[in-house]
Amino acid sequence: MRACMIMSELTQIRQMFPVLSRKVHGKNLVYFDNAATSQRPQSVVDLWTRISSYSNANIHRAVHCLADEATTEYEQTRDVVREFINAGRREEIIFTSGATASINLVAFSFGEAFVGEDDEVIVTEAEHHSNIVPWQMMCLRKGASLKVLPVDDHGHLVVDALEELITDRTRILALTHISNVLGIVNPVKEVISICHSKGVPVLVDGAQGIVHSRVDVQDMDCDFYAFSGHKMYAATGTGVLYGKKKYLDMMPPYMGGGEMVGNVSFAHTSYAPLPMKFEAGTQNFSSIPTLKPAIDTVKLLNDKELEQNLNQIRDYLLGYFVSDPRITLYGVPRGTNDEKIPLFSFKVDSVHHEDLALILDKMGIAVRSGQMCAEPLMDRFGVTGMLRVSLAPYNTMEEAEYFVKCLNRAIDMLV
Amino acid sequence: MKLTDAENAIIEEFSMYEEWLDKYEYLIELGKALKDYPEDAKTDDRLIKGCQSRVWLDYRVEEGRIFFNADSDAIITKGIISLLISLYSGRTPQEILSSDFSVVEKIGLKENLSPTRANGLVSMISKIREVAGSVI
Repeated sequence: MRACMIMSELTQIRQMFPVLSRKVHGKNLVYFDNAATSQRPQSVVDLWTRISSYSNANIHRAVHCLADEATTEYEQTRDVVREFINAGRREEIIFTSGATASINLVAFSFGEAFVGEDDEVIVTEAEHHSNIVPWQMMCLRKGASLKVLPVDDHGHLVVDALEELITDRTRILALTHISNVLGIVNPVKEVISICHSKGVPVLVDGAQGIVHSRVDVQDMDCDFYAFSGHKMYAATGTGVLYGKKKYLDMMPPYMGGGEMVGNVSFAHTSYAPLPMKFEAGTQNFSSIPTLKPAIDTVKLLNDKELEQNLNQIRDYLLGYFVSDPRITLYGVPRGTNDEKIPLFSFKVDSVHHEDLALILDKMGIAVRSGQMCAEPLMDRFGVTGMLRVSLAPYNTMEEAEYFVKCLNRAIDMLV
Repeated sequence: MKLTDAENAIIEEFSMYEEWLDKYEYLIELGKALKDYPEDAKTDDRLIKGCQSRVWLDYRVEEGRIFFNADSDAIITKGIISLLISLYSGRTPQEILSSDFSVVEKIGLKENLSPTRANGLVSMISKIREVAGSVI
């Protein structure tokens, strides 16, 4: 009976996403690359189309009706995002083009305000390039150095090493909420509390975390939280930076241009207050509002039954990956399975990830293969790449079972 | 055999395989059979690095003909490499440069050449052309 209810609920959910009913290479699409980007529900596409077709006007400037409508859509989104992540103030929500842009903003502006020669920045070994390179660039510019918090063989952060890594020169620590390779939910609250006890602020890369956990930035007490819209069902080119007002106020603008100014003369320019100070130039006003229907979708998919269903699929796949002797899984939970999201990066003995991905594609299954923008982590585990499957709440147990069958067939073809 | 004839022969051979599965199985077989590339020639200067598979390409010139040798860590890519070597190795630079290299596309492996795959194959083809251009 329960299974039937889930089936009909899932069928309804899947109908919200047009792409899920298409075929590729003549097979039903099985989309298991959700960590790269999630699919868009019709509501997101509809809102984008409506704004672009009927309310297209540059925001914040003109007094005409269209500009008013576009501005309202955009600014309402700020309130919706604030409530969604429980930020204290609406001006702590900065719109960007994505998590990468959010992190670059902080790396630059925080660096300008707070980082000097011989200072130190800490990142972890499990970071996406987006949460490594901006810090490296800032360190180079400032004469600071980058230190790395390692992960253990199972893909868990070695939090015990943190006490020793933090010195009186540490200015900021940047870590991922959930690694895009390991899928392990990091103990961010613990890391933040250790850092704060030593006066070090923390940026959390929430590109995966925003989709797979209920984020409350005040409860987490992070100083910055960065995420992308396109991984949580919104249009591409949308992103959010949450930052505590006390830091954002002290940081200089990242880019100069229209909108971010108070008064401009050739002798001196004063800057607009938050959040405009960090939103120079014409913003992506057609796409940012799609965060609203996207957040509605996240809330709808956070339904208890759907979550239980996704957990069952996760447990099934986890069981398969750890029990097949030909497979090495990277990112294995130490305690309960709830430490892990339904994201699995793995390697098959003497089989190349590209071959598997090519064959699975022909079977209708979209997976990711390669370095997953995390070369240091690939080096850490001594591989040139991995295969990754990442699921969303709209995926089904049937798809997972079909995947396992196809993977076994692909392995048999290749060995 | 003339290069265009050799290319057409391969295109015809592949046209017999209607199913992708058969094509891939054939390429996997070719890939597994390609064993001539010496381990000590897998050096960085011969490496064409991609996000996906790695390809090593080596060559020598003898009496105006270019002899290629190549390897990959991915077996399907290696199968395609094996095809390319059978076509272009031992040819004159003029012959190589006269080809439009559309054979891979024509045997229905276009997706393996998409730049998004970021595998070494696209770079390998440009490298073969580049070598031919430099020898001329």
